[in-house]
This record gives sequence, C-alpha cells and structure tokens, in this order.
Amino acid sequence: MQKKNRIAKILGIIGIAIFLVVIVFPFYWLIITSVKDPADISLIPTELWPSRFSGAFYESVFVEHHLMTYVVNSVIVAVGTMIVTIVIAFPAAYAFSRINFKFKKAVKNFILVANMFPIIAIVTPMFIIFKNMHLVNTYAGLIIPSVIITLPMSIWTLIAFIDTLPYELEESAMIDGCSKIQAIFRTVLPLSAPGIFTTAIIAFITAWNEFMFALILVTKDAMRTVPIAISLFPGQYTVPWGDMSAASVVATIPIVIVVLIFQKKIVSGLTSGAVKG
Amino acid sequence: MKKFKSLRKTTRDNVVGYSMILPALLLLVVIGIVPIIITVSYSFQYKVLTDPLDTHFVGLDNYVTLLSSELFWEVLLNTVVFAVLSMVIELVIGFIGAMLMNSAKKFVGVIRTAVLIPWAIPGIIIAYMFSFMFNDQLGVVNQLLQTVHLIDAPVSWLTNGSTAMLAVVLADAWKQFPYISLMIFAGLQTIPKDVYEAAQIDGAGKVATFFRITLPNLKGILLIVLLFRTMGAIRIFDIIFGITGGGPANSTATLLFQAYKYLFGDMNFGLGSALSTIITILILICSFVYIKVLKTDD
Repeated sequence: MQKKNRIAKILGIIGIAIFLVVIVFPFYWLIITSVKDPADISLIPTELWPSRFSGAFYESVFVEHHLMTYVVNSVIVAVGTMIVTIVIAFPAAYAFSRINFKFKKAVKNFILVANMFPIIAIVTPMFIIFKNMHLVNTYAGLIIPSVIITLPMSIWTLIAFIDTLPYELEESAMIDGCSKIQAIFRTVLPLSAPGIFTTAIIAFITAWNEFMFALILVTKDAMRTVPIAISLFPGQYTVPWGDMSAASVVATIPIVIVVLIFQKKIVSGLTSGAVKG
Repeated sequence: MKKFKSLRKTTRDNVVGYSMILPALLLLVVIGIVPIIITVSYSFQYKVLTDPLDTHFVGLDNYVTLLSSELFWEVLLNTVVFAVLSMVIELVIGFIGAMLMNSAKKFVGVIRTAVLIPWAIPGIIIAYMFSFMFNDQLGVVNQLLQTVHLIDAPVSWLTNGSTAMLAVVLADAWKQFPYISLMIFAGLQTIPKDVYEAAQIDGAGKVATFFRITLPNLKGILLIVLLFRTMGAIRIFDIIFGITGGGPANSTATLLFQAYKYLFGDMNFGLGSALSTIITILILICSFVYIKVLKTDD
C-alpha cells in the first residue's frame, strides 16, 4: 500500500513538472531569444541555452524603436482606465448590492451582456465619431473604449465582494449620526479596499493587453501602445524576431511582477465575479 | 401612514440607486449600444470608404451578398473548427491543471503563478511567441521534433492551412486554459470532502469517482466555461492577427477576422457591418443562454 502511494506521489510530481514545463517553455523561449547575440538567432540547430549573452536587442528596441514612448503610452492608458473604471464601478456595485431599485435584475443582466459586446461591431462607428470629436490619437480616445471593456467585469467582481460585507456596519454608522454617504465612505469603502484592489489589478492588466481598439483608434505612431507597436515591428520581408522578443519581454515584465505579487487576489477576483450569480 | 412612508422609501431607493449606477449605465449605452446600432444601420447601406459619395440604402443586399458568398461559409466553418478544437484542448488541459492544483498542496502557489502568466500577457505577444516557435526555419518546434525523430524535414506549419490552424489553436489554448483551470479548481473546492470519503468506503475506483462525483458536481461551471469559450472563439482576434493574419488563403480567418478584413482591409463598411451584425447576434444568443444558466444555478 505504501509503495503504491509513493508511486502515485512520484507520478503526481512528474505530472506537475510536465505541466509546468508546457506552461513555462514559450515564456522561457521568449526571454532566451531576447538575450541572445543577434548572430545566434539563426543558428541551426538552435541553442536551447545560449552560449553567449547580449543586450543588443534591448539596445535596439529602446534606441531604434523608441520603445519607451510606447511603454509610457501603455502605462498612461492602463492606469487611466483602471482609475476611471473603479470610480464608476464602485458606486454602481454598491447600488446593485445594497439598494432595491426598479428593474435592478434587468440592469444587472444588461451589464453582464455588455461584458460580451463584440468590439468589431463597436469600433467602426466609434472611429468615425471619435474622428469628428478629435479623440483619435488621444489618451482619452483610448481610455474611454478600454473602460467599457473593464467596467462590466469590475462591477460584477465588486458586487460579489460588497455582498460579503455585513450590512449592520453601515446601519450602526448611520445610527451614530452618519449620513448614508458618510456611512459608505467610513465603513463600506475602507472594508472594500481588498476587493477594489483586486478589481483594479485585473482592470489594469485587461487595459494593458487591449488590442483592437488601440489598433484602430490610433493612427499616429507616437500614440501607439506597446502591443500595437510590437505587432508593427515586422517589415515587408523580414521579421526582427530578436527585437520583438526583447520588446515583448519589456511589455510583459510589469504584468508578470503584478501577477507574482498579487496572484492570490487575482485568482479570487477572476473566479468570484464569474461563478457567482 | 406606514404605507406612505414605505412608498417614499422606494422612490428614494430608486433615485439613489439609479444615480449611483448612472455613470456606468450611461457609458455602456453611449459607447457600447449606440455604436452597435450605428453598425446595424451601416449594414443596410452601400458604404465603401473609397467611394464615399455613393453611400446609399440597399436593404438586405449586404446580407444577400454575404450569405451567397463561398467565403462566408468557409470562415464560418473555420470558426466552428477553431471553437471545437480549442475547447476540447483547453478543457482537457484545464482539467489536468485544476486536478494538479487540487492535489498539490505544497506547490499550489508556484502552479497558480505559472498558470496566471499566460492569462496575463498580451495576446499579440503570445501570437508572436508561437509564430516564432512554429517558424519553419528558425522555429524551435521543428528542431525539437527533428531531434526526437518525429519528423525528418522541417514542416512549414504556418503556410499550410490545417497546421496553421493547429498553431493558432495551440496559442489560444495556451492563453485560455489557465482561466479554465482556475474556474474548475474553484468548482472542485466546493465539492464536500466527505462525498469522496463515502465513495471510497463504498469501494469506488478513481475513474468511477471522477465520472460519478467530480464531473456531475462541476456541471454548472463546465457549462459556463463552454459558453465563455464559445464566445471567446467568436471574438478571437489578436492571436490570429499576429500568427497568420487569417492566411494562408483564409484558412485561419474566423467570422470576426473576416469582418475586420472587410472593414479595414477593403474599407467596405456596409459588408463588414453586416458581418459584424451577424457576430453580434451570435454573441447575444450566447449571452442569453449564459444568463439563463446563471439563474438556474442559483
């Protein structure tokens, strides 16, 4: 019996190892490619572990491709989207969780449907409208559409979180002479901090990764976000794999750091909003 | 008197409630619904950006053109193939991931982090990673397969229709299975431990336990995952854009990718909008099913 258990355990560990390798390998390959010497990229057979390292690709993406401009754009758009999302989503989530207003269920379902809106059906008229409003090639013109992607999920995640807070807290604050608004600011808001934080992280990542709006609503190179800039690296005849790897690593590192630090929170946020009705 | 008071309370609740959700609602309607309505209206027009003066109402012409073209049925089939393939792969790997997370007590943090990374990085970067790995000359996939003698000569994965589809599916699977793993993992944890213990006492084997207890208990979550992934397959864009651009010869173009090509390749807003409208209808159907599923789950 004990022997059987040990075999099962070893098989389990091997399973986990294979699983981890499958997940990690593409990412490993990206990093390894980015630090190779430009001459070694086209070596056949390729080196699974490089014989020499070089920062040439990183130099190239920052000096020749002006990657920093795009990183700054991405940071502004992602942080902007995150802040606007939370400011709009929190009061909405509070109302859905605590107040009984007419057609609440229908509106809540509408927001769920809004989460699925196909961007392709939105982006063409939006391009024409934004062009007339001079919002094409502006940060606002990127943040506004990103918010409608992050907003529905954020509201649902926050509802799930506020639902777990006891209502008595607000009641006792109100008995102590707080107005409703004061009660929210003094009890629900601080207690929601972990939920808000989780929602904000997920909104940031979603906005950082947004592709279609950013591809179509920006026509000026200096306003592009990192994902779009990288997708435009390939020339007509050649694909600069090394440069693209280095730029991808730069675009991914902030996200990976966020994931490493907040993995527990992200998981709870990702599953709570979707599983709970 | 009491009735009067409660009536006032409901009115106040309505006012307060709606003023709190107003910004969110307004944004979703103005930036979401209004453009979709405009797209639907474009779909009934001849509207080609290179021929702007000749825009006029054509009724259902765009839909007729679309449905009678071979290309439409081809990209529809591509979408179905993509959806089915990616769903099968993602569910299988997702399940394995969830079971591993469930059984591994020590490594759970490591696995969770590893699993979140594909979810968190931009789709276009994943597309690029996979197109480099599947590159015919420089790609590591060909070299690894040659090293273990599974293939004799390099395969040009991305210039052949079915292998290009496979590469796209694998890239999407790599990005999406973490989410599925996490959902299933969350579901696994809601199954009470004593159910398993009871089954063990009754002498049920591992396979029987899986099919009799684990799967039925996850029915709700699996249904949601299936719906999410169906919608995901309809909405996928950046991965196809980055790996194949819909090629070779439209073999990896999905409905949505073809709509993008009509809209921003051909600048044919009428035809592109008609296809976008069809996509919107498909998504709406899935959404309504989703809402129904959530309700019965309560």
